[in-house]
Amino acid sequence: MTAPFAPWADPAASPLIEIRDVTKRFGAFEAVKSLSLNIYEREFFAILGPSGCGKTTLMRMLAGFETPSEGAILLDGEDLSPVPPAKRPVNMMFQSYALFPHLTVEKNIAFGLKREGTPSGEIAERVTDIMRLVQLTDFARRKPDQLSGGQRQRVALARALVKRPRLLLLDEPLGALDKKLRQETQFELMNIQETLGTTFVIVTHDQEEAMTVSSRIAVMRAGELAQVATPADLYERPESRFVADFIGEVTILEGRVSGADAVGATLSAMEGAPDLRVATDTLPPLGETAWLALRPETVTITPDRPEGADNALPGTVLDIAYLGNLSTYHVALADGRVVKAQESNRFGANRRGITWEDAVWVSWEEDAGVLLQA
Amino acid sequence: MRRFSWFNATSLALGLAFLYLPILILVVYSFNESRLVTVWGGFSTKWYGELFRNEQFLEAAWVTLRVALVSATVATVLGTLAAYALVRAGRFRGRTLFSGMIYAPLVMPEVITGLSLLLLFISIGMDRGIVTITLAHITFGMCFASVVVSSRLVAFDASLEEAACDLGCTPVQAFFSVTLPVITPAIVAAWLLAFTLSLDDLVIASFTSGPGATTLPMKIYSQVRLGVTPEINALSTLLIGVVALGVVAASLAGKRMEGRADP
Repeated sequence: MTAPFAPWADPAASPLIEIRDVTKRFGAFEAVKSLSLNIYEREFFAILGPSGCGKTTLMRMLAGFETPSEGAILLDGEDLSPVPPAKRPVNMMFQSYALFPHLTVEKNIAFGLKREGTPSGEIAERVTDIMRLVQLTDFARRKPDQLSGGQRQRVALARALVKRPRLLLLDEPLGALDKKLRQETQFELMNIQETLGTTFVIVTHDQEEAMTVSSRIAVMRAGELAQVATPADLYERPESRFVADFIGEVTILEGRVSGADAVGATLSAMEGAPDLRVATDTLPPLGETAWLALRPETVTITPDRPEGADNALPGTVLDIAYLGNLSTYHVALADGRVVKAQESNRFGANRRGITWEDAVWVSWEEDAGVLLQA
Repeated sequence: MRRFSWFNATSLALGLAFLYLPILILVVYSFNESRLVTVWGGFSTKWYGELFRNEQFLEAAWVTLRVALVSATVATVLGTLAAYALVRAGRFRGRTLFSGMIYAPLVMPEVITGLSLLLLFISIGMDRGIVTITLAHITFGMCFASVVVSSRLVAFDASLEEAACDLGCTPVQAFFSVTLPVITPAIVAAWLLAFTLSLDDLVIASFTSGPGATTLPMKIYSQVRLGVTPEINALSTLLIGVVALGVVAASLAGKRMEGRADP
C-alpha cells in the first residue's frame, strides 16, 4: 500500500506556490483580503466559491493578469510579481477557451511553442503527443468553429498543457458543457493530470466538480478563505455554517451549549425536548450559541420513537423529494424548524410506508453531526 | 414556408424598378450608337472609346483614384486606431465625448462638413487642391472606418489577447498575431467603404478642391450642366461597375467576418 498523497500535511514539504498575505483592491473594493495559501507540486487544487468571492481575481493574479495590491506570490520560493504573464511558467485555460479563430487546432496548440522558439521538429512532436493525449488527432486541421464544445475544451487544455507549465490554471473549465459530458470530462481531466503530474489549480463555483476532481479545496467567501481541506474533510468536518451549507445538503440547528464533558457537549436546541448530544473535540464555552450541522444521510426517519438512539425528535413530514436512488424527507419539528433526512431506496421507497403529513421521528447518533461555533 | 403572393411579388418588382430602372436605362444608353442620348440608334461601344481618348476625363479619373486610394488607406488606419481606443481602453477621461465626436460627421450634412473644411483651409492659408480633397476625405472616411472596425472589436473576445500573452506574447505581439488577423475582414470592409465613399463624393470635394484638382464626380456634374452626352453615360456605367464591385467585396468581407465572430 502506498502512502496517501498529502504534501500539505508534511511539514518538510516546500510548496510550489506560496500566496503570502495577498490583498487586491479595485478602487475601494477589496476583492481579495490578506489571503495566504500554499499549493504543492502535483496537487489538483480547487478554488471554490460563489460568484464575486474573489476566486477569479486570485487566479488572474497567479496568471499575471493582475498584480497584488499587497503581499506576494512565490513560485519555488521566488517572487512572481515582476514576471509578466508571457514569462511565467504558468499557463491558463480560459473560461471562454479563447481559441484563436483564424488558426487550425494544430496551430492553436503550437502557438505557445512557436513563441518560445522551440525547434520545429520538436514542436511537431509535442503537438502530436498532446493531441493524442486529448484525443484530437483527427481534428488537427479543423478551425475552432468546426468543433463541438467538448472538442474546443480539449483544444484549450492541450494548448495550455503543451508548454509544460509548472502550474496550469483552469477557469471554470467545464462550465460550458452539458452535465453528462461534464462528468466524463472531469474524469478525463483527472487522468490527464495524473499522467502528466502537472499541478492544476481549478476555479469553479460548482461544488460537485470541485469535490470530484481535486485533492484539496479552498472555499472562498467575500475575498477570504473560509476553509482549506480535502473534499472529505470539507464535507464531514466543516468549520463554519457557510462551508457546511455551501458543500452539499445540510440541516443546521441553532442552540445554546448546556453542558460539556470528556466526549462531547450537549446543546439545548428546543424547549420541551431533551438536549442534543454531540461528540466534539473542541469543547465550546458553556452558555454560548452554537450550531449543529447534520448531513441528511446521517439522520434516520422512523414512524415510531426509535429505541436507543442518542438523539430523537418528533415531527411531521413536510415534503418528500424522490431522487431515484435516494429519498430526502423534510421533517418539520414542533417549533417549525425543518430537519432533512435521507434514506436509501435499495428496497424501494414505498416499503418504508411514510408519506406526507405523517407523524414521524428523526434520530441520529451523537457522532453524526458537527458542532459549529461560527 | 412562405407562400407566393402576387401582392408581395408586385411590390418587390415595383421597389426594385424604382431603385434600378434609372440605372439600367443609363447603362443601356451608354451602348447607344446615336449621339442623341434619348434616341436609340443601335448597339455600339464607341462612346467608351471616346471616353478613353478624352484627356480631361482621364485626368479627373486619375485624381479621383489617387484621392480615394490615399484617403481610404489613411482613414482606415486612423479609424482602426480610434476604434481600438474606444473599445479597449476602458473608461478614460472624455471617452463619451470622444466617441460622440467620432460619430458626429456621420450625421452632419455634407454641405456643412465641406464648408467648415473650406473655412479651415482658408484660415490656415492652405492652397486648395488634391491635398485638401484628400484630407477632407480622410476626415469623413475615418468615421465610417471606425464604426465598422469597432463593431467587430466589440464582438471580439478580449480573453484571446490574454491567451496570447499567457502563451508567450508581449501585448504588441498579441495584437499583431491574434487581434489583427481576426479583425482583418472588418478592416478590409472599412477600407472598401472609405474608398467607395471617396470615389462617390461630390459635395465635399467641390468645397475643398482648387484649380487643377477636379475629381470625376465634379467633372461629370459640370459636364451635365452643359447637356448629357453618351460619353457621360459610358463613364457613369464604369463608375457604377467599380462601386458595385467595392460594395460586393465589402459585404463578402463582412460575411467572412460574421462567420468568424461565432465563438
